[in-house]
Amino acid sequence: MNPIHRAAAVLCVASAMAGAAVLAQQPSSTEQEIEKYRAALGEDNPAELWEARGEALWKEKAGPKGASLERCDIGLGPGVVKGAYTVLPKYFADTGKVQDLESRLVTCMETLQGISEADAKKNHFGSGPKRSKMEALVAWIASESRGMPMNVSLAHPEEKEAYEIGKRMFFYRAGPHDFACATCHSRDNLRIRLQELPNLTNPKDAQRAYTTWPGYRVSQGEVRTMQHRINDCYRQQRFPEPGYASDAVTALVMYLAHNANGGVYNAPAVKR
Amino acid sequence: MADPMKIRAAMAGDKVEVKVLMAHEMETGQRKDASGKVIPAWFIQNVTATCNGKTVLSAEWGPAVAKNPFLSFRFSGGKPGDKVVISWVDNHGDKRSDEAVIS
Repeated sequence: MNPIHRAAAVLCVASAMAGAAVLAQQPSSTEQEIEKYRAALGEDNPAELWEARGEALWKEKAGPKGASLERCDIGLGPGVVKGAYTVLPKYFADTGKVQDLESRLVTCMETLQGISEADAKKNHFGSGPKRSKMEALVAWIASESRGMPMNVSLAHPEEKEAYEIGKRMFFYRAGPHDFACATCHSRDNLRIRLQELPNLTNPKDAQRAYTTWPGYRVSQGEVRTMQHRINDCYRQQRFPEPGYASDAVTALVMYLAHNANGGVYNAPAVKR
Repeated sequence: MADPMKIRAAMAGDKVEVKVLMAHEMETGQRKDASGKVIPAWFIQNVTATCNGKTVLSAEWGPAVAKNPFLSFRFSGGKPGDKVVISWVDNHGDKRSDEAVIS
């Protein structure tokens, strides 16, 4: 073999080895790669900035009554924040209905601070410098339930009813695409392009999905709440936009939250 | 006034590891809004870190740094109890300074 041929042969071996190395490194699933990304961000989740702002907003005196939200009952009694997210949605006797965190915060802004419902719901999804108070409050309150198991009750008849309505909404097919939530979220191992879709009728997937919302959405640079997640699913189904903090969304959240019972809460998380 | 930063400073071996999360829009000046108007550039330009008053890091940033930037760095010569101060100035002249104690 002359030297040129030998060099070429060596090169071939080298490139074959490099090829094998690339193959071996390939991820078995996108979800695993996203998982690595989440782990890398770990304790440096930008949602912390929202949490800090939310805690300040909770304690800040605001509205015509000049009161803070510190006496707000979000599920475990006035002023109790720790663990509250794990029992929501829940029936509240003072309003006579089942409420999730966001609709409950609207109630507290009205009753404690004297802010009108319209103003309380204004700017509920922030965008850049137009920031949302609600997203910050939810981020902080939710973060105070980290590490606690989901424990949503259906003991009250209204809670049971909300769950049943939510369940019907989940399976209700309509719209130009004859779509339901269940079209994407009632079978195992489905995905849209590279995004895996949780099967929300299966407790394991439901727990994993529910306990990681709200989340910091990297693609939007914002913390998004459960209400936003539902809105986005409705948009993808080509349904009309549901009312913010409406009974309908609360019912659907009730269905999802109860299915996630027992799952350990761990949000705000980092999302795509 | 901008939102506070989140700063963690802890010993990592004989060095101090500092992790900072800053709240800033970091607008590049390249994007347009829905009506087609350019969104003006707005980003952090200078970042400095001091330990007990002595500068340990000084950086010039541009619009290539992402929104809500995260900065992590190590320096030597610090010890637990020392005060680390991080400050930034953006291209609007807006500034923010926060501190943490090394643990």
